[in-house]
Amino acid sequence: MARAAIQRRLTWTQAEVVDVLTETPRVRTLVLSIPDWSGHLAGQHVDVRLTAGDGYQAQRSYSISSAPEDAQLKLSVERLEDGEVSPYLADELRAGDQLELRGPIGGYFVWEASMTDPLLLVGGGSGVCPLMAMLRHRAARSSTVPAKLLYSARDLGDVIYRSELERLGAGEGLEVVLTLTRSQPPGWTGYGRRVDNEMLAEVAWPPERRPLVYICGPTPFVEAVAGSLVALGHDPMRIRTERFGPTGG
Amino acid sequence: MDESSLVLDGNAAAGMLREVFVHDMTMAMTACAACGAVARLGGQPLYDYPDGPGAVLRCASCEAVLMVVVHATGRYRMAAPGLSWMEIEERQ
Repeated sequence: MARAAIQRRLTWTQAEVVDVLTETPRVRTLVLSIPDWSGHLAGQHVDVRLTAGDGYQAQRSYSISSAPEDAQLKLSVERLEDGEVSPYLADELRAGDQLELRGPIGGYFVWEASMTDPLLLVGGGSGVCPLMAMLRHRAARSSTVPAKLLYSARDLGDVIYRSELERLGAGEGLEVVLTLTRSQPPGWTGYGRRVDNEMLAEVAWPPERRPLVYICGPTPFVEAVAGSLVALGHDPMRIRTERFGPTGG
Repeated sequence: MDESSLVLDGNAAAGMLREVFVHDMTMAMTACAACGAVARLGGQPLYDYPDGPGAVLRCASCEAVLMVVVHATGRYRMAAPGLSWMEIEERQ
């Protein structure tokens, strides 16, 4: 179904915003209803297009954070202060509004529950979004594939999907590890620094376990994590990356 | 601006490439004409200027330019000076 759908002509379509969820002070999740949506795979993205009154168009890509099994499509959008698109999506959109998008797009950064190797997910900031789709997909399929999520956020208030991650992390086979890079709450016993070689050596599966690795976040974050994992002996061919670049916006 | 911060993955060009190709090109295997490295298009570094007219795909191994895609003034221009071949699976 979703596989076959990838080959359909990619066309722009109107989605309806059915709900807007506040995740953190800077991130909101758009819950969308899309007529004739063909389904997606965990990790895929959509292109969103905004058209101004004078015809000027701006286009950005956003990862889908809902599982393929979920009834509605979810996009989590981080507001970038100087962004051209994200402030509108994160601040202005209301339930009932229409949004132009196309997708699902991209079969490269995709994980399916049928893949049985240990799964290592490393996310920086809102880079957790496509990884969340993978964890939701894993949970929806009752998969017991060993999985770890290493999630780097600035502080606890910036952790997206925090309560859901706590719940998922209490389930079988999934370990959720947070590192808070800017400030930590009193009594915090977790990591409190940027992801580095030492942290990855402690958290990641050893290279001999041949985990499948998905890294998503700002470009410098992704480069640093991928570089560290390769230095630790992980096979570059088993590491998939999704970089935001500087704008995302 | 530091150019290295502009690097994305080939995966980010999936939408634009689907405007031209029937298949999802991020899963296509590419062979670099300069160094011979074979890898999936979605994992190669992509230099994509925001709201610019096009994108440049480079080889992850040697950084040679594999492909350039420009979409402007009502047409697409694609160049593949650094690609010796590209292979697309029928079932994707």
